[in-house]
Amino acid sequence: MIGLEHYLTVSALLFCLGLFGVIARRNLLVIYMSLELMLNAANLALVAFSRFNQDLNGQVMVFFVITVAAAEVAVGLALIVALYRRRQSANVEHLTTLKL
Amino acid sequence: MKLPLLPWLILFLPLLAAAAGMLWTLRSPARTARLSVGAIAGSFLLSVVFIAVNGWLPAGAESAVTWLAVGDLSVDLGLQLDSLSLPMLLVVTGVGGVIHVYSLGYLRDDPGFARYFACLSLFTFAMLGVVLANNFLMLFVFWELVGVSSYLLIGFWFGRPAAADAGKKAFLTNRVGDFGFLLGILLVWSTLGTLDFGELRKIISVRPDVLGGAATLAGLLIFCGAVGKSAQFPLHVWLPDAMEGPTPVSALIHAATMVAAGVYMLCRVFFLLDLPGSHALDIIGWIGGITALFAAVVALQQNDIKRILAYSTLSQLGYMVMAVGVGGPATGMYHLTTHAFFKALLFLGAGSVIHALHHQQNIWKMGGLSWRMPVTFLTFLVATLALCGVPPFSGFFSKDAVLAATLTGNHANYLLFGLGVAVAVLTTLYMFRLVFVVFLGSTRSAHANAAQESPRIMTWPLALLALPSALAGFWAIDGIYAGAFGGEGGAGHGGWGHTIAMLASLAAVIGGFVLAWRLYRDAMDDPLPAKLGGLAEAMRDRFYLDEVYQGTVIRFQDACAGFADLFDRWIIAGVAVRGVHGTTEFVGRALRLAQTGNLRTYAFLTVLGLALILYLALG
Amino acid sequence: MESLLFYLFSGLALLCGLLVVANPFSRNPVTSAMFLVLSIVSLAGLFVLLHAFFLAAVQILVYAGAVMVLFLFVIMLLDLDEHQRRKLSRFGLVTGILGAGAFAMILLGAVVGSGTREGLTTSTLEGRTAGPSAVLGIPAAL
Repeated sequence: MIGLEHYLTVSALLFCLGLFGVIARRNLLVIYMSLELMLNAANLALVAFSRFNQDLNGQVMVFFVITVAAAEVAVGLALIVALYRRRQSANVEHLTTLKL
Repeated sequence: MKLPLLPWLILFLPLLAAAAGMLWTLRSPARTARLSVGAIAGSFLLSVVFIAVNGWLPAGAESAVTWLAVGDLSVDLGLQLDSLSLPMLLVVTGVGGVIHVYSLGYLRDDPGFARYFACLSLFTFAMLGVVLANNFLMLFVFWELVGVSSYLLIGFWFGRPAAADAGKKAFLTNRVGDFGFLLGILLVWSTLGTLDFGELRKIISVRPDVLGGAATLAGLLIFCGAVGKSAQFPLHVWLPDAMEGPTPVSALIHAATMVAAGVYMLCRVFFLLDLPGSHALDIIGWIGGITALFAAVVALQQNDIKRILAYSTLSQLGYMVMAVGVGGPATGMYHLTTHAFFKALLFLGAGSVIHALHHQQNIWKMGGLSWRMPVTFLTFLVATLALCGVPPFSGFFSKDAVLAATLTGNHANYLLFGLGVAVAVLTTLYMFRLVFVVFLGSTRSAHANAAQESPRIMTWPLALLALPSALAGFWAIDGIYAGAFGGEGGAGHGGWGHTIAMLASLAAVIGGFVLAWRLYRDAMDDPLPAKLGGLAEAMRDRFYLDEVYQGTVIRFQDACAGFADLFDRWIIAGVAVRGVHGTTEFVGRALRLAQTGNLRTYAFLTVLGLALILYLALG
Repeated sequence: MESLLFYLFSGLALLCGLLVVANPFSRNPVTSAMFLVLSIVSLAGLFVLLHAFFLAAVQILVYAGAVMVLFLFVIMLLDLDEHQRRKLSRFGLVTGILGAGAFAMILLGAVVGSGTREGLTTSTLEGRTAGPSAVLGIPAAL
């Protein structure tokens, strides 16, 4: 039968996939997507805990995560657009200085 | 005591002049000089007024305000007014004032004119402080101030390396003595608990054995200060070099007043030296005697007019210290006073000669100046006679008193008497050598041929000083000083000691004069080297003491300094400071490699760190 | 049936996740975004399996709807050049595998090391929905 650890395993793997994306990819947008992936992996773990502990707090937390993620994407993508306009690049290897 | 504020005014007038000179009028030489001369003249007149109103105050009086109160120690800023300090006051301001006036002429064209007078006023202030101080701490403070102003004035022509070096030498040599002095003061304070002369005297008079076994040590440590300041053997080496300063400075500081400060200090604390069970006075007497003889011997073969006088000063200082050492501080002070007059006069006369000969100081380049510079010659002769102890000049009386003290003082020492007589012979010899070579005979250089009498502003002071040099013996100065020591410090008048001393010193003068006449009358160069050979050479080279110090003390000090330099350069700056800075920089450089600005590297490192933390936390 | 669905959804989510970050056939961000949508939808499926129906709905609405539209818009706006879609660098590959691998080891180690909690499987929880009562600490029987 499917237990908590199954869900946690999937969550952990998904999280590490996202992590790999953040470290390995150079495209700022894809890195952003990888971040979303990591957030979703955390969401999965939270929902699973919520389910198996009979406690809604986990799901409440997920709402917050989704809300924050949505806001963050809106702001982050705006920043990426602004950055791209300035630098003509979305490659993190070209974006190594704090000065614009 | 009436007019208690007057002594404060006397003390601080020169300071005001010095401060004004240093701070405001340095650009206006004439004004600075006027201030300075005015201040010392004012001090002199006020001293006269004070003494006229109050007499010599043999019982002593004080005017003090509390300066410091630290725990049990309370230090007064106080003035001791008694028959020891009041005559000294007159000597310092009187002789000093005359020399101030003389300087107006001597340094007229010097670019440092204003600075000179400011320093001179500072010195006057310091010297008055030494004279008037009523406790050890204040005495020490002014003592050091005297040292500083002496340093400033010796190095007045600091552009000349010799002058700068001489200033340093004087300062450092004095430092050695002052270190002992300070230790002595601390010893006195730690055992007796007070620094005030009056209280110390009270304690000592009640319990003379209060210092116990430390009495000799305390006396000798305090004497160390006098050894430095009064240039006693073996710390005498700075005084001849100090002649690099302007001649009036030599006259005022290194002949008349400052070098006498050591003797004055010994007399001031004589009650501390003359304790039962203390051998300090014996040693002091011997040091004085040795200095007197040594310096007189060296003076015989010097060729620089000022150096001859410098060694003569050393010799006479030895006399005074010897007088203190045999238990006759009043005679020491007496000789100090008369010596101040005629030695200042000698130096000023020498200055006049040097001035006339365009800074030629070698006596063998002079000669035949007697009719070219009559005032200088006559006053110089008066001073020479006084120094040699020819009656009825002042030196006769004071030197007599000193010699008598060696016979009849509380610590009478016949060996020292013999030594004193020998020195008297030598004194006459070298002084008449000087007179014969410089003023008589034929001229030996073009400058000497063209020499002219100095301007009036320089000859008047000579005449002014010649007066007390000749007549001070009749002024009963020894009586005043004896009052400060309860009448017992002076040698008994008219006693057998006096008769013998008088006869001996007369014989010494005659013997010395005959010797000088035979050797130096019409001599074109010095006959002594041929007769004495190596000894004369040793005398000329000051018995190689400077070289010995160069080879031992200075080399040792240089080695220490070199080591300290290496230590500082390599251990402190190298390992410690640069090590810290190097490590920081190295770590910084290493960490900078991690600071790539690359997002992916950061992410990787963050993850690794997080993984490590989790591993440690979960594992 | 439930475990079948679980394996289906989780496998889909993981596969699509992999294709988001490291698609061997395409470096096009649009492809990545599309696979992210698939992955998110699969996760919503897993939420349904966990009886979090509302969350599943929100997940699809917010993520697959709003967020992904934003992503696509931005991708279009940036109009990335072809030469910028290079292959993964060796450095990225190594560090990525190293970092993610280490992290995965620790997480999985924690999951496995904690052991199976007896009786806490989906079947035993059948019919028991986490409700407000559980949150408030009131027994479900009430």
